[in-house]
Amino acid sequence: MKYIDEYRDADLTRKLLADLQKTTTRDWTLMEVCGGQTHSIIKSGLDQMLPPQIELVHGPGCPVCVTPLEQVDKAIALASLPEVIFSSYGDMLRVPGSKQDLFAVKAQGGDVRIVYSPLDALKIAKDNPSKTVIFFAIGFETTAPANAMAVLQAKAQGLGNFAVLVSHVTVPAAISALMDSSRAESGTTSPDMKVDGFLAAGHVCTVMGFWEYEPLVEKYKIPIVVTGFEPVDLLNGILKCVRQLEAGTYKVENAYERSVSREGNLPAQAVIKQVFEMTDRAWRGIGVIPMSGYKLRPEFADFDAELRFPEVQAIQTKENPLCISGLVLQGRKKPSECAAFGKECTPQTPLGATMVSSEGACAAYYRYGRLGK
Amino acid sequence: MCLGIPAKVVELYEANGMKMAKVDFGGALKEACMEYLPEVKVGDYTIVHVGFGLSILDEKEAMETMDLLRQIDSLGEEGTA
Amino acid sequence: MTDKPNLLGWTCPRPLQNYPTIVMGHGAGGKMMADLIEHLFAPAFDNEWLGQMGDATKFDPSLWGTRDSSLAFTTDSFVVSPLFFPGGNIGELAVFGTVNDLAMRGAKPLYLSAGFILEEGLPMETLGNIVTAMAAACRKAGVKVATGDTKVVQRGHGDGIYINTSGLGIIPAGVDIGPANARPGDVVLVSGTMGDHGIAIMSVREGLTFETEIRSDTVPLYGLVEAMIEAGKGGDTPSGFDGHAPLRGIHCLRDATRGGLAAVLNELVDSSKVGIEFDERKVPIRPEVNAACEMLGLDPFYIANEGKLVAIVPQETAENVLAAMCGHEYGKNAAIIGRVVDEHPGLVTAKTSIGGMRVVDVPAGELLPRIC
Repeated sequence: MKYIDEYRDADLTRKLLADLQKTTTRDWTLMEVCGGQTHSIIKSGLDQMLPPQIELVHGPGCPVCVTPLEQVDKAIALASLPEVIFSSYGDMLRVPGSKQDLFAVKAQGGDVRIVYSPLDALKIAKDNPSKTVIFFAIGFETTAPANAMAVLQAKAQGLGNFAVLVSHVTVPAAISALMDSSRAESGTTSPDMKVDGFLAAGHVCTVMGFWEYEPLVEKYKIPIVVTGFEPVDLLNGILKCVRQLEAGTYKVENAYERSVSREGNLPAQAVIKQVFEMTDRAWRGIGVIPMSGYKLRPEFADFDAELRFPEVQAIQTKENPLCISGLVLQGRKKPSECAAFGKECTPQTPLGATMVSSEGACAAYYRYGRLGK
Repeated sequence: MCLGIPAKVVELYEANGMKMAKVDFGGALKEACMEYLPEVKVGDYTIVHVGFGLSILDEKEAMETMDLLRQIDSLGEEGTA
Repeated sequence: MTDKPNLLGWTCPRPLQNYPTIVMGHGAGGKMMADLIEHLFAPAFDNEWLGQMGDATKFDPSLWGTRDSSLAFTTDSFVVSPLFFPGGNIGELAVFGTVNDLAMRGAKPLYLSAGFILEEGLPMETLGNIVTAMAAACRKAGVKVATGDTKVVQRGHGDGIYINTSGLGIIPAGVDIGPANARPGDVVLVSGTMGDHGIAIMSVREGLTFETEIRSDTVPLYGLVEAMIEAGKGGDTPSGFDGHAPLRGIHCLRDATRGGLAAVLNELVDSSKVGIEFDERKVPIRPEVNAACEMLGLDPFYIANEGKLVAIVPQETAENVLAAMCGHEYGKNAAIIGRVVDEHPGLVTAKTSIGGMRVVDVPAGELLPRIC
């Protein structure tokens, strides 16, 4: 496959790893903020091939892991309603809510359907006029243009039976929050979280550009490198980041130039602004981060599932007290340091989202831990 | 976030007032919305995420990056690239 | 699937053609059910054992071959939706699936039972097409449906049709193939391209089209297995393993159905208490299947196959067995993909495309497309 195979080339990967080894003289911890990058790293085995001084921490970059518990519970409540067809991306089906997950709702007779694109959910609405079709609009900025278009199309086509349950989160505010909380502890980076640089999510930046990260490198004096997803792209990003760290510089760099520009995709940004506005969002396990998410603008209130079914707003959530996935997501604790890890909490019986997602840090540790690594 | 896979645009058309395309992921063909890529042409490669094209892959940039990465000497010894 | 059932040539006073769909009466044990059997199932499967029409079918003891052979018995239920997909349908799966389960123990498949659970409202023509396909599949596999059953459930309580088939076969003397027989040093082979069936099914559900259509690969595998057993004769594990006697011939066979290659390899390391390492790049996968997996965020090693097997054979005979597979119509793309090791017993690892290593875990449950 073009634009994929060449970025998985074993020889080039080996060469870049050698470059990286030559460049690295000290210990560095880099955080990548994208579930897709985590997935690629684990699938290719790249993290085990890095020089020993380089540690990659998997940040809160996976919508499965950070979608607030309240939103998951609301999704489950809505999906259980007999007049509702609940459509969602596949990732969310096994995420545990306070009591169960969407899969369980499906088993109990709820009409839960996996869709590849929000446009598929629109089609379901068109084909089922007597039902209310609710779409679970999750994701980072990458998915926002698609979700927004579904709302615009629903309005344009007069699909009164279509609604969205919005749960978008945005990256820059999360990076700020992580850096602030780590700095607040002791004036410098707290002992249990030391992130020296960030690999920014290449497809988030494809949409949003990377100018939003420029104030962040100034404020926190850490390098941020926009990085792609294939092994060669990841190594390119890591190399650029480590070179900066070795040289003591901190700026935003683009290691995914074929897809990302500084200003990003302007038509997509325009539609996001048209449909959504910024809001505070609770990140599961982390807490409320101000202005870190999207919600529907008032003019699209008709399509807001939470307004159409106000009874779901009163949902009481209950996170499993044993689960420390929030600390894991912030890079402050390793999964192996959790009391429930491997005992009450396994990929087959997950207590939290980081054990459900195939790229969740806990699931990854579980898999590799059995190798004795 | 974000499973975005390169796909080649093989056909462009309109549906429901939106610019749509038939894209080829390397043997698997599917429909994708091109509303966010007004300048896209047949033959372009795009990153497609959840059925939407989000960027047109810049072949020139890609080749330049590849050439740079493949260079045998290590630029790292001279500081940042 | 060329001959259609003759729904017109009825002699009974209440011909089937008066019922374009299945109704509850067809499962009630009375005249309507008898009509269904007499005019649809019996002519399609047509053999002397089914013709006995008893509550049970009686077999002559001479059927069991020599005294040293063993009887193999298996059962499987088929609930696939959609009922018809590129390259196959539920009827073919119901025959080949069970026939292949027998073949995976080295058994020559002989007789099947067929139990049908029909949903009220199932079009008679659909049932006819499925039964015709099953009959053709039986002929292709060299088996006979010797006994059967029909039930009807209320509308909404089934996916149109569910089929259960149980199968009887004979394992010839000297053949010992089972999941606990893998030994360190053995070679792991697959009989062809992985992921075709699951992607064929998914393409119907996801609206994917392909430049070259992906078709399900459901076929009967005993012929291939027979050729492999022949080619594997004389193979011997050099010394006993943990005090076991050396094993001759093919050690393990599994058909890689639900959960795909990953599920099978994990079952084998569990049963045999060994480790397996394979090379991702050596697993044959069609480019279109690869593209569909990339697009949906799926791992091809977890996707269901039909008509594909995984074999574990001693190193000495691996090349011979591979040659026999490649020479057979259902083994054309066979390949050696890895080996059995004594490190990390119970774990399957894979060498990745960049030369790294990853653990290939047991599938978690239903395979879900992802966006992240």
